[in-house]
Amino acid sequence: MKQKGWKELPPGAVVTEAGSALKFKTGSWRAYKPRWIEENCIQCMFCWIYCPDMAIKTKDGKRTEFDYDYCKGCGVCALECPGKKGNKAIVMEEEGK
Amino acid sequence: MARKTQRVVAVTGNEAVAEALRQVNPDVSAAYPITPATDIMQRFTGFVSNGKVKTEMVLVESEHSAMSACVGASAAGGRVMTATSSQGLALMWEELFIASGTRLPIVMALVNRALSAPLNIHGDHSDGMGARDCGWIQLWSENGQEAYDNTIQAFRIAEHMDIRLPAMTCMDGFIISHSIERLEYLDDDVVKNFVGEFKVTNPLLDIEHPVSYGPLILTDYYMEYRKAHAEVMSKVSKIVLDVAGEYEKISGRKYGLFEEYRLDDAEIGLVILNSAAGTSKDVVDEFRNKGIKAGLLKPRLYRPFPYEEIGEALKHLKAVCVMDRADAWGASYGPLFMDIASCLSPYKERPILINKIYGLGGRDYMPEHAEIVLNELAGIAKTGKVLTLKEYIGVRE
Repeated sequence: MKQKGWKELPPGAVVTEAGSALKFKTGSWRAYKPRWIEENCIQCMFCWIYCPDMAIKTKDGKRTEFDYDYCKGCGVCALECPGKKGNKAIVMEEEGK
Repeated sequence: MARKTQRVVAVTGNEAVAEALRQVNPDVSAAYPITPATDIMQRFTGFVSNGKVKTEMVLVESEHSAMSACVGASAAGGRVMTATSSQGLALMWEELFIASGTRLPIVMALVNRALSAPLNIHGDHSDGMGARDCGWIQLWSENGQEAYDNTIQAFRIAEHMDIRLPAMTCMDGFIISHSIERLEYLDDDVVKNFVGEFKVTNPLLDIEHPVSYGPLILTDYYMEYRKAHAEVMSKVSKIVLDVAGEYEKISGRKYGLFEEYRLDDAEIGLVILNSAAGTSKDVVDEFRNKGIKAGLLKPRLYRPFPYEEIGEALKHLKAVCVMDRADAWGASYGPLFMDIASCLSPYKERPILINKIYGLGGRDYMPEHAEIVLNELAGIAKTGKVLTLKEYIGVRE
C-alpha cells in the first residue's frame, strides 16, 4: 500500500471510518502460535471469553479455528484452556518451526 | 462603516475577559482555580449559575483534568474555553500538545504569572513562554481592552475552518488582571454575530458518523503529521489579520500581528510584550521630545511568530533592546530575544541587539528602567560598542 504524504492526512489524525481496525492485521506480531486440538476441546468457550482480541472464530455457538490475521500469540487462551481429562485443547508452538 | 455605540466601563482585566466569555457564550468550560486567573472563572461560573450563559460548566480537580475535559468536549463538538495561570498551565502541559495535535479550537485565557520555585503569584511571562512551542496560537495583550478584544477574536481565529487550532490569550497577572481601567464593551448581539455559530468538524457525539480520536501514529506517519502542523501554523498570520480587519469594523480598534510605535524613522528601539509596553511608550515619547529617534515594537501574535514581518519592521534600526519578562536558563538569552535575533538573521545590515531581563515575579517595571535602556541604546547607536549583551535590570546586587 502506498503511504500517504503529509498533504493527504486528515486534520488531527481523526479516523472517520468506523471499524477500520479490521484493516490492521496484527497476526505478524506473533512469536508463538496457538494450535487447536479439536479432540481435546469441550467447547467451554473460555478461550473465546479470554481472548483480548477477537481471534477465536465461532460458528453456531461453538468455537472453530483461530483467526490468525489478528491473533498475536499472547497465549492467554492456552493458559485458560481446561482441556479434556488433563489434555489441553490449545498448545502454543514456536512460529516458523 | 458606522458602528454601534459601545458601553464604556471601568473594569479589571479579568472582569473584561469574563465579560467577553459571557458574550461568546461557549458550550462547555472546564476550569480549576489558580491565582490570578481565578477571578475570570469565578465571575464566569456566576454567569452560569445565574443563567446568563448556557455553558456546561465542569468543575474539575486539577488543571490536568481541566484541559483533558476541554479536549473531550471540543472533540465531542462543542465550543470550549478555559482560563489558567502559571502552575496551572504547567500542569496542563501534556494536554496542550494533545489539543493542538488533535486540532481542537479551544480558547484559553492565560493570566501570566511567574512559575515556582520560589512560589510567587505575580505577573511575569515564564508560564506563557514555557508553552510557546506547544502548537497553540498565542495572542498577547497590553491592557484590559486588548485582552477583551483578543478573547473575542481568538474564537474566530481558533475556529477558522482552514486551521482549527487552539489559541491562548495572554495578559499580565495583577498588573492588568486586577487593575481597573477604562474599557469599551461591544454589545452582546454584536459579539454574538461576530463569533457566529460554532461549526463542528468530526464531532464524537455525531453517532451517525462514528469517528475515533487519538490514534497511535508511529514512525511511518508521525513526521507527516508534524509537517502538516507546521504548515497549518503558517496559515495563521493571514487569518489573524483578516479577523482583525473584521473586528476593526465592529469596534473601531485596529489590530495587527504586532504594534509598531514610532518605529518608521527610529534609530533605536525596544521590543517588549504586554503591559510594560505601555510604560515604555511614554518614555519613547520623552526621548522623541528630546530629539532622539526612539521607537517600540510590541508583538501581539507571538505564536506562530511572524518572523518575516517583524524582521522587516526592525531591520533599519541601529540598536534594539529586546526586553524579556522571563529568562530561558541555559540558553544565554531570554525567549523573546532569541525570536527577534532569528528574524533579523537573514539581513546583512541589521541592528545591534542587546537583551534585558526585567520584572520577574511581578517586580515593578518603571519608566526609569526604559530610560536607562534607551540611553544605553543611544550610546550603542553612536559608538557601535556593546558593553553587556544580556543582563538583569531592576535587580539588587
